[in-house]
Amino acid sequence: MGEAQATPAQIDAIWRIESARVIATVARLVRDVGLAEDLAQDAVLAALEQWPASGVPPNPGGWLTTTAKHRAIDLMRRNATLQDKYAQIARDLGDAGDAPALDEEIGDDVLRLMFTCCHPVLSTQARVALTLRMLGGLKTPEIARAFLVPEPTVGQRISRAKRTLADAGVPFELPPPDELAPRLASVLEVVYLIFNEGYSATAGDDWMRPAMIEEALRLGRLLAGLAPREPEVHGLLALMEIQASRQAARTTPDGAPVLLADQDRSRWDRRLVDRGLAALERAESLDRPVGPYYLQAAIAACHARAPDAAQTDWVRIAALYEALDRVAGSPVVQLNRAVAMGMAFGPEVGLQAVDALAAEGALDRYHLLPSVRGDLLARLGRGEEARAEFERAAAMTHNARERQLLLARAAGIA
Amino acid sequence: MPRFMMFVYSGGGELTLERVQAMNRYNEELARAGALLALDGLHPPASAARLTFAGGGPPSLTDGPFTEAKEHIGGYWIIQARTQADAVEWASRAPIGDGAIEVRRIAEEADYGPEIGEAARLTQDPPEQTTASE
Repeated sequence: MGEAQATPAQIDAIWRIESARVIATVARLVRDVGLAEDLAQDAVLAALEQWPASGVPPNPGGWLTTTAKHRAIDLMRRNATLQDKYAQIARDLGDAGDAPALDEEIGDDVLRLMFTCCHPVLSTQARVALTLRMLGGLKTPEIARAFLVPEPTVGQRISRAKRTLADAGVPFELPPPDELAPRLASVLEVVYLIFNEGYSATAGDDWMRPAMIEEALRLGRLLAGLAPREPEVHGLLALMEIQASRQAARTTPDGAPVLLADQDRSRWDRRLVDRGLAALERAESLDRPVGPYYLQAAIAACHARAPDAAQTDWVRIAALYEALDRVAGSPVVQLNRAVAMGMAFGPEVGLQAVDALAAEGALDRYHLLPSVRGDLLARLGRGEEARAEFERAAAMTHNARERQLLLARAAGIA
Repeated sequence: MPRFMMFVYSGGGELTLERVQAMNRYNEELARAGALLALDGLHPPASAARLTFAGGGPPSLTDGPFTEAKEHIGGYWIIQARTQADAVEWASRAPIGDGAIEVRRIAEEADYGPEIGEAARLTQDPPEQTTASE
């Protein structure tokens, strides 16, 4: 809006839309994302001073970027140790003037920013905070509220992360081909962590927590646009959309969890399911090897496609868990596979798989192992053994709601 | 999830290649920001039909064009945005030429009380919503 007067709310909105691109474009010049973010913040302060009187310029993103670049030059003139960078920027500015960069270039810069914020040199918490700050345009208090941690903690995490990136000399570049897979996995992990922070929020939590679901979905879509050839990017997006579709059905009004089989499927958000299935198809159409996010999404899709729990395609789910076990194997995945086998081929088959797993001992302290065993035993009519397993599981869990559920199952056996 | 519908009321005008290209760039920018959920353009009102309901009787049907209407809905976007101000900012960038855009927040089940929400819920899958990325 070119007319006079801009409100702080409008400038905030512009910042949320433009911040990632401004920081990314400046970071390519100064080769330091921490510095780029500081400069971008300076540019916002300048906007808050000038726009209320002058109105919003026709290209606010370009204005913020140019202002931040000029701040960079001011800073470097005063700082002899940054002379080399100054010379570089002066050259770049001289070459390109203030002409807007091509959309493609900016897109690549945003992707570089994402890889840098999720660099393995940083702790997971630092990656999450930095990503929300740099790519989500979130302020420190908002991140603190979303993660239920004090504001100074988040502030320290972010400033320490910026310093770590600078000290380690992490280049502002896309990872080389031989590092792409693990680096992409790190980016996807961060997005999924943000999603789960929102997904695990309970009713009555500050609204910033559930808002993380939406921010993760937005980051997932952004990533799908920037790296459309990567099946795992679409796989993660599909997984998040399908899980988010169950949000309204997965707890009772007083916050108790509702098991998947017992959920009222009319409360699943079909729009999100449809978008998830579409993302899954995009992953499949790439005709490249699939990874753990795709496989988890494909399992979630089996549930989403079933009109009711009884019509679930458990044979396919068991096969997908087997594939998941091959690419990202774990005892928990194997336990899930045993559950699916019990549903697909009968409780006897499921029990054999669970007993084989129990013999390995890796899940000795995992309450869902006796819980699953109890369920299979109950279906085989072995009531006494089933009750003992549910009681054992109840004694092992630390979650009060879950304990109630398990004791109720033990008591319910005839 | 705050979703907003942006209706375009356009005053007509020639559909030129430049306008289509500018609109394409805008749509791509929305998609690239992860904000775009759906969009569609509508046929001109010449082919529209209008049903008017009054007095409980059967509706009366009028076929287009509706020459009395100066502005008509030309299309819509559905976007995800954190606040109304964000949605308004996105709308302000749309290269529609002369015309207007109305920004409306989409009502979610959670916006209603439990009883209305329950009644408003569809018992069957709604048809697939058009997706923008296809």
